[in-house]
Amino acid sequence: MVNRETPDLMEADATRSLRTPVIVLTRGVETEALSNVGEADDPQTVFSVRGLDVHYGPTIAVAGIDLDIPARQITALIGPSGCGKSTFLRCFNRTNDLIPGAKVSGSVLYHGLDLYGPQIDPVEVRRRIGMVFQKPNPFPKSIYDNVAFGPRVNGQRKGLDEVVEHALTRAALWDEVKDKLKKSGLALSGGQQQRLCIARALAVNPDVVLMDEPCSALDPIATSRIEDLMVELKRDYTIVIVTHNMQQAARVSDGTAFFTAEVRDSGDRVGVLVEYDQTETIFTAPSDSRTEGYITGRFG
Amino acid sequence: MSLLAPDVDSVVRLPQQSVRRRVSDRAFLIVLVISFGLALAGLVALLWYVFDTGLPAFGPRLWRRFPSLNPAISGARSAVFGTLWVLAVTASLAVPIGIGAAVYLEEFAPADKWYTRWIALNIQNLAGVPSIVYGIFGLAFIARGPIDLGPVVLTGGIILALLVLPIVIIASREAIRAVPESIRHGSFALGATRLQTVRRQVLPAAVPGIATGVILALSRAIGEAAPLIMIGAFTYVPFNPTGLDSKFTVLPIQIFDWIGRPQEGFTQLAAAACILLLAILLAMNAIAIWLRNRYQQRW
Repeated sequence: MVNRETPDLMEADATRSLRTPVIVLTRGVETEALSNVGEADDPQTVFSVRGLDVHYGPTIAVAGIDLDIPARQITALIGPSGCGKSTFLRCFNRTNDLIPGAKVSGSVLYHGLDLYGPQIDPVEVRRRIGMVFQKPNPFPKSIYDNVAFGPRVNGQRKGLDEVVEHALTRAALWDEVKDKLKKSGLALSGGQQQRLCIARALAVNPDVVLMDEPCSALDPIATSRIEDLMVELKRDYTIVIVTHNMQQAARVSDGTAFFTAEVRDSGDRVGVLVEYDQTETIFTAPSDSRTEGYITGRFG
Repeated sequence: MSLLAPDVDSVVRLPQQSVRRRVSDRAFLIVLVISFGLALAGLVALLWYVFDTGLPAFGPRLWRRFPSLNPAISGARSAVFGTLWVLAVTASLAVPIGIGAAVYLEEFAPADKWYTRWIALNIQNLAGVPSIVYGIFGLAFIARGPIDLGPVVLTGGIILALLVLPIVIIASREAIRAVPESIRHGSFALGATRLQTVRRQVLPAAVPGIATGVILALSRAIGEAAPLIMIGAFTYVPFNPTGLDSKFTVLPIQIFDWIGRPQEGFTQLAAAACILLLAILLAMNAIAIWLRNRYQQRW
């Protein structure tokens, strides 16, 4: 049968709606989702961030973030350049660990489980929490191998054809590439490459998809296709998206968190979360004057 | 006022270039052309001498016949096979060790630690050590001394592997570094471990660059005589190597031996063997260039 950690996609889609209670993030050890952890008790909350600071070496990049990310919604992180929103996003799948000198403190609870706890294997975290990057980064391999890479490194050998077809279909790319699966992923257009990267992330059957300005390298038509795709995907996945484009946040997201950079007395620029609310509220009646200033274009 | 026909009076006149600057420009160009000409002339003269002297003696007998005291029937069969044997040993040692070291330095070693930089710096320095020094080391430690293998194929292969190892490491590091970071991040984000990322993404993407470096390193090894003479490789070997513990000679040593003999026939043979060596080198470099162009990756 199929490996336990990489169940068949179809099957997993069915079980997802039952809200998988067992989360395996540690190698070898199965950890019950801790149901006694305050806010995370709410099954609608995927991430619960409390008092999060990120340091790069001696400088602090973001400080004091408290935020809950609801399940099966699109949460947008917006704010001016250098406000730490991408840094914050990378805390959710521990990709900050890959940057030398980066240090995360505070707590990030994922279904109640501390992602930075001593038992947690970052590799397992990244299997559950997928990521799409700013610049499309297909591997220099065939379209098929791009999508099959994730399941393969997770030990899956059989049923890859179905996984690839399903993931490409979910990413709205199947019809365009089904006759050229052996062609290089780099031969696709920018928008197709980005959808390939989304398909690749979906193929490992994640719970959450993080997107770091996924459309900033794309033209408006490709952007609109990706946005439609995001809305389509949120029925099954929790999506957190960093975007520079306020219209995009307004179009696709359910909740919006506004970040900005504060200048501390020491002269450091530190990213802080100004406010989080329903997207509509943020764009029509923000409670903080800085948010209003940003969305009305007075700065940023 | 029309946009297409600007007012002539308002066109800014650029000042004429000064005579001094034009002269110095021209002088610099002449110096460059002379440098290039000298380099080319040296190469042409060398090739002309080798081909002029060696072509009459060049023929299949070079790789068909063993050396003999009579230049008319002498060949370099044992040297050709010795070269192949030694090169095979060199490649099978230098390639895995070199790539392994490069992967460690690029992907695993902490880049910000002093000892990593120290190791990298020393590898750069080793690439510049004269080959004769490797010969002395090989004589003292491998051919004799603690390991005491004698002047055999294995010894020659080890010495040349040590000699080209820094080149393989440096070329492989550059090829690995050329693989964009976004590929690694994409792989990690799918739950691949560092080992899986290196094995399945970074190394395959770096293979063309690594292969080019390996071939260039081996073409350096194939032309070396000094360290092998140092360890006591024989100049007159009338048989092919039969194993790693076999006595051997290689083409550069054979050439060195022939060129020192008084008979005219041996001088011709030496030049003919040079042609053979050059042909092998050109073929190897051609493969390297072909590999680079064929598999060059545009990100």
